[in-house]
Amino acid sequence: MPLLGYLQRLLRIIPTLLSVYYAYMLEYRAELMFWVLSGSFPLILMGLWQEAARSGQFELNPDDVVRYFLAVFVVRQLSVVWVIWDFEREVLEGKLSPLLLQPLDPGWRHFSSHLAERLARLPFIAVLVGLFLVLYPAARQQPVHLGWGLLATALAFCLRFLMQYTYAMVAFWVERATAIEQFSFLLYTFCSGMVAPLTLFPDAVRTFVLWTPFPYLIYVPASLMIGLPVNIGQSLGITMIWCLIFWSLNRWLWRQGLKRYSGMGA
Amino acid sequence: MRRYLKVLRLFWEVAIAAELEYRLNFVIATLSSLTALGGSLFGLFLFYRTGYEFQGWQWQEALVVLGVFTMLQGFAATFLSPNLSRIVKHVQEGTLDFVLLKPISSQFWLSTRTISPWGFPDLVLGAVMVLYAGNQLGLGLRNYVTALAPLILGFMSLYSLWFMLGSTSIWFVKIYNVTEVLRGFLEAGRFPIVAYPAAFRIFFTFVIPVAFLTTVPAQVFLNRIEVTWLAGSCLLALGLFQVSRLFWRFALRFYTSASS
Repeated sequence: MPLLGYLQRLLRIIPTLLSVYYAYMLEYRAELMFWVLSGSFPLILMGLWQEAARSGQFELNPDDVVRYFLAVFVVRQLSVVWVIWDFEREVLEGKLSPLLLQPLDPGWRHFSSHLAERLARLPFIAVLVGLFLVLYPAARQQPVHLGWGLLATALAFCLRFLMQYTYAMVAFWVERATAIEQFSFLLYTFCSGMVAPLTLFPDAVRTFVLWTPFPYLIYVPASLMIGLPVNIGQSLGITMIWCLIFWSLNRWLWRQGLKRYSGMGA
Repeated sequence: MRRYLKVLRLFWEVAIAAELEYRLNFVIATLSSLTALGGSLFGLFLFYRTGYEFQGWQWQEALVVLGVFTMLQGFAATFLSPNLSRIVKHVQEGTLDFVLLKPISSQFWLSTRTISPWGFPDLVLGAVMVLYAGNQLGLGLRNYVTALAPLILGFMSLYSLWFMLGSTSIWFVKIYNVTEVLRGFLEAGRFPIVAYPAAFRIFFTFVIPVAFLTTVPAQVFLNRIEVTWLAGSCLLALGLFQVSRLFWRFALRFYTSASS
């Protein structure tokens, strides 16, 4: 019976949180559009690689390049995370204290606000991608592993959230935890496949990078969608292992951090 | 003029003294800059490793563009971003009143109030990269001196764009996301403009003038000056600067102080 009660509680909490945060995010529609546009980095690289692929000196043809970076753009949009900035402020300003009194882990609030923002962002992404496909018909393509691609994107979002939320825990000890995220973001930019598909990396670098969590945030989901060769089982397995690692680290740091937390300013 | 220089010195002394409290941050900033540099070099290397090259730009020449871009980033981090966030805060809290009352140009006050040493590593690393590439290409002192002019023009254009964005905070208080959009587009300046397809080139020359910020200074440095480009760079910088001044005055007409 306790299990059933637990499930009932979950069924009540999840829709409530999601609808509240969705309404909240809708208030910032104009702002959301700018955030979507600020993810233009993959599109810039799309131009560069398209021009480069025309020379025939790379293993990709120009249309493949366009599809890949369009997929990168979408995956990147769907896995944007900013939890560390919110969490840092909550800790520094003591706003975490009232949340600790509630019978719900504050992490779930952040998670659902991100999830709700994704829903609010979806129409903008759909319009942009639709526009792109109308203007550039060569990029049209039946998604190859759509189901797996979406699953990998969802996992990528979870992993990115877990990574950043884990860095956020450092806010209990130092004042500027965001510096860690900024550093990690550099590695993310260059190792995730955002600057180029991993197939173009030198072999040694690629083998090494595939052991880090970064390619699973961009390269794997994007490649799955457009049908670049990826070992599906192994990739999803490694993503989940990294998720588990960051989850455990996160929970451990959370418990250690709470012992130190003094609720400054509250 | 002398008064302005004196004020400037005071502003920056205070700013540096305040930031020196966070020495560890400076170490982290340097480490980040080094990593970013490694990443940028790796990104460029991916294009060049199979023998492909951007039309008419060999490896060292592309390095010059990357170096100029890094310096530009350092410039923005040192002089522009810290002041921009202050403008927003002034508007939000209504403290802009005090700035307007001061007997110096409010644009000068707002644009130079603070600097952040966080951008220094990028400025230095960018300069080192340009020096290294210049050395490899056997360029002399004259190249460095002549390249200074378009570089400063580029800084001026960038400043004017930022300040205009900052001015819009009078109407839309939250503008952080708009500056992120601009920052995203500026990333295109990492590579020479010829590396892009035609549509991109037009966009990054006429809509967002990234070509004038990094490619033109690099071209001047490499002795490939085309008078039209240089003239364009000059016109752009002076034009944008003038527009930014007019725009600020125009924006101020709509300023209705907050909470006072």
